Amino acid sequence: MTPRISPVTQVVAIGIGAALFVVLGLVRIPTPIPNTSINIQYALLAVFAVLYGPIAGALIGLIGHIILDAVSFGSIWLSWEIASGVFGLLLGFLMLRNRVMEGEFAGKDIVRFVVGVVIAQVVAFLVVAPLGDILIYSEPAGKVFAQGAVAALANSITASVLGVIILSVYARTRTRTGSLTVGS
Amino acid sequence: MTDDVLIELAGYGFQYRAQSAPTLHDIDLTVRRGEKIVIVGASGSGKSTLLSVMNGMVPHRYPGTATGSVRVGGSDPAQVPLVETSRHVGTVLQDISGQFVALTAREDIAFSLENQQVPAADMPARVQRAAALVDIEDHLDAAPHALSGGQKQRVAIAGVLVDDVDVLLFDEPLAMLDPASGRTAIELIDTLNREHGTTIVMVEHRLEDVLHRDVDRIVLMEGGRIIADAPPGEVIASGLLEAAGIRPPLHVAALAYAGAPVAAYQRPGSAETIALTDAQIAAVRNWAGGRDAAERSSEQPGAGAGSAAGGPRASAVPAPAPEAPVVPEVDGPTVLALEDVGVVLGASRTSPGERVLHGVSTRVRRGEMIGILGSNGAGKSTLARTVCGFVPHSTGRILLDGADASAWPIAQRGERVGFVLQEPGQMISKPLIAEEIALGLEARGLSEAEIAERTERVLEVCGLAPFRTWPVSALSHGQKKRLTIASVLALEPEVLILDEPTAGQDFAHYTEFMDFLASVNAGGTTVLLITHDMHLALEYTDRVLVVSGGQIIADASPADVLTDREITRRADLVTTGLHTLAERCGLPEPARLVRRFVEVDRQVRAERSASAQQRDGAQRADGADGANGGPA
Amino acid sequence: MSTPLLGYVDRPGPLHTLTGTAKLVLVIGIVGAAMISFDARFLAALAVASIVLWAASRIRPGDLAVVLWIVGTFMVLNNLLIFAFAPGYGTDLFGTRHVLIDGPGRWDLTSEQLFYQAVVTLKYFAVMPAMLLFITTTRPPEFASSLSRIGVPYRVSYSVSLALRYIPDVQRDFRTISQAQQARGLDTSKRQRLGVRIRNLVSVLLPLLLGALERIETVSSAMELRGFGREKRRTWFDERPFRARDLVVIAVAALLVAGAIALVVLNGGRYWNPFA
Repeated sequence: MTPRISPVTQVVAIGIGAALFVVLGLVRIPTPIPNTSINIQYALLAVFAVLYGPIAGALIGLIGHIILDAVSFGSIWLSWEIASGVFGLLLGFLMLRNRVMEGEFAGKDIVRFVVGVVIAQVVAFLVVAPLGDILIYSEPAGKVFAQGAVAALANSITASVLGVIILSVYARTRTRTGSLTVGS
Repeated sequence: MTDDVLIELAGYGFQYRAQSAPTLHDIDLTVRRGEKIVIVGASGSGKSTLLSVMNGMVPHRYPGTATGSVRVGGSDPAQVPLVETSRHVGTVLQDISGQFVALTAREDIAFSLENQQVPAADMPARVQRAAALVDIEDHLDAAPHALSGGQKQRVAIAGVLVDDVDVLLFDEPLAMLDPASGRTAIELIDTLNREHGTTIVMVEHRLEDVLHRDVDRIVLMEGGRIIADAPPGEVIASGLLEAAGIRPPLHVAALAYAGAPVAAYQRPGSAETIALTDAQIAAVRNWAGGRDAAERSSEQPGAGAGSAAGGPRASAVPAPAPEAPVVPEVDGPTVLALEDVGVVLGASRTSPGERVLHGVSTRVRRGEMIGILGSNGAGKSTLARTVCGFVPHSTGRILLDGADASAWPIAQRGERVGFVLQEPGQMISKPLIAEEIALGLEARGLSEAEIAERTERVLEVCGLAPFRTWPVSALSHGQKKRLTIASVLALEPEVLILDEPTAGQDFAHYTEFMDFLASVNAGGTTVLLITHDMHLALEYTDRVLVVSGGQIIADASPADVLTDREITRRADLVTTGLHTLAERCGLPEPARLVRRFVEVDRQVRAERSASAQQRDGAQRADGADGANGGPA
Repeated sequence: MSTPLLGYVDRPGPLHTLTGTAKLVLVIGIVGAAMISFDARFLAALAVASIVLWAASRIRPGDLAVVLWIVGTFMVLNNLLIFAFAPGYGTDLFGTRHVLIDGPGRWDLTSEQLFYQAVVTLKYFAVMPAMLLFITTTRPPEFASSLSRIGVPYRVSYSVSLALRYIPDVQRDFRTISQAQQARGLDTSKRQRLGVRIRNLVSVLLPLLLGALERIETVSSAMELRGFGREKRRTWFDERPFRARDLVVIAVAALLVAGAIALVVLNGGRYWNPFA
């Protein structure tokens, strides 16, 4: 847990984070592969998990994904929604005690973040989601692991690339600027 | 402390944890039951911090060290939970969308009751009573995005009144409202104070608008100190307002320019009620008629002649475009023309959609500076967004440089027309100033040398050159706004459109920023300002398009529009105290006084900005304060 | 940028008069039962019941046309994928093999495979009408209080309410920012290469996220000032007492889940095997 964030702020971060997850999930960024779009919502989820901790991460993933599926398909697909929550939870844990809000995000933090994203994606979409599909929906293993692998790969790339850029800029907005002078 | 004293600060000082100097010094302030007080001051004067002290946000949310004493409802806010203080003092935040947390008005008003575990069965009656106080009962089922800014503010007030608070605290209640709704808000606040005995404390810098209804005291702040705390007449007559960066009411300024300044006993707060002396009336008549203002200002392109031709055009039916222009010819070719443009939003198979613009025709010539005026929801933003291609138009044509741009995608129109959003934060995505400017240039595929050259030029034009190596986060709000303009100007558009360019800025920043825009315009860029601020249009533009109900209902000089009762009524614009002053002095042509005022005011401002530039040269940029710590 | 396709439809029908809680329990019951059971007869009965409810609730197919189209496409793709990856999965499940069409390699079409895929599709359609009905007949504010009533902590329930509250705002901000950036030439559409598109996307995402972080501060200040989060519990404005019809609906939900479990026991597994 991140102690400096008030519980009310957590509640709001979960709500607004989930709203962002839904809106970004509705944005379709086409890729050259037909019928495949980039899921930028995982970059958002990664950023919020870093800033607001594992519980917020888990709930943003779960709530956001359930609402997203409900409003766009009129159905829910629990195994994948739980996987989104697991991604937020795990990444939040792996990034505990970061100092991004104090303006520190460089070198080692970036490596930790990228490794964290990859681990959390693999666990979420190569373990949790396919196992859920097999248990709940009795889908064939070959199919769901292939789907999970594609998702984990694509999400890892977008979430780490976009996440690093966003967190770097955010950290810089939090840096103290007392030492600046006016040039000419 | 007697029962009648609700808030009392004595020798109070406060320093935010993240800042190196105190924000408040030695504050003595007493608020008694039933009073109505306005706290005014420029940005950074400490007025918002003072408000946060009164509602307990300092130190509960913004930690720091305090000196002296503060009592709210009999206890020290720092010693009791935040919500305890909220039972005495209800806060209506500036960001009214942020305060509206529930899904409907009804539930938002009930929010505090829900948190206190009031049984569901007891809530409707209390919600109903609070809603009736602010006259919002008919919209209880509405979602926040279905309500106007003024209505959302009423919901916020009801959501606080539902708790029977003693004091209502308003943080810049006018910042998010157009002048007409602002006026209604001030009337509502006045009613709550007079008829229901609610004590009112407002923090605001738009003093003239606040004084639309009388207040008991004006508390003037500067540099974290209270420099005046007196009845409005005394503060207005003292001349302290200008010095502290607050614009006095226009009629007060006009009387000063006319050589007959107001005195405290005249109750000078409102142009309607001021007790004018015969000498003052004579002075105003003499001053306004002293020189033929109309003749003089027509030397400037586009100004004035509308009245010579018998007043501005006000037509209910849209006229076809090729008709003779109402405003006199301006030198220079037409850069933008709209021909019978109509826009329908939200049309689908099941719904015919909403007609938000119809029959809009106009021509904009190179080098003009035009105000697009109207109240919120009149269609002025849609008009600008249609020009940029953000909103597709269903009828008519849009011509850029004579070429039909109707089918052009957004990016292609962006090469000719630059659009600057109201909120600079919505446009900036790079950590460094130069990178932000280069972003759009790189997207256009320009060479590195060209990018460097253009970046340098716009940094110079926008006065950002001294900060070129700074991170964006170190810039103040006004500087960020300049940066967004710089990054659009770098693309060298012919027309620059700005959405509410001065919203929320205090008088000093407003003047500085508008003078900057005037210089951009003087450099050859055509500028369109979307605004609901009549006086801004009056001071800085030569021509205004008045939008109401999705149509252009007038195309004339600002002074003529401002003094035309019919147009201001239809477009829900608010006339300033100048118009009232002219009427009360018995001037046959109010527009004359208005023109005379603008003329003199421009001179005064030019002198002021010249001295401000000298000051700027010596001063280190004040940007760093916006980056960290608590609220400014 | 597409908008959410579904939302509350204000056209009062019998389902609108049930409490949100009862409807939520019913949806959970249907989703749970459909998740547990692979008995084609049971799923078919669920689907038929859902469609009857649909007819009773005055939701017009026109309200849902786009969604049905998307879901249809999705189901076709999903079925093709299943067949491509595991054409023999039906045979594995049911233990028999009746070839209908002799396909290339291992991609023979068997009755067992066809039946298995039909059940998977049916499962989807058994759940969907109930979900759609819930979404279109429950006022969003009632949803949060219903969650709280079935035992979800109120802070989490309120997060859900805030998410629904801020989706339209976030959408409007996204649109505004994205258009302003497009006007500067930062295009995220198909006209650009993928790499450029992602870079331009950052110029939309960053302002959106930084704005959202600021918004979080304002909203939480506003909520704290109004006493949110101080107490262990909170009440909800639209909490309505259960009426007989609500209790009936909740009982039906419980019966559905019990039925699904009973069938697993009776069938000796989650599938009903017509080939045995």
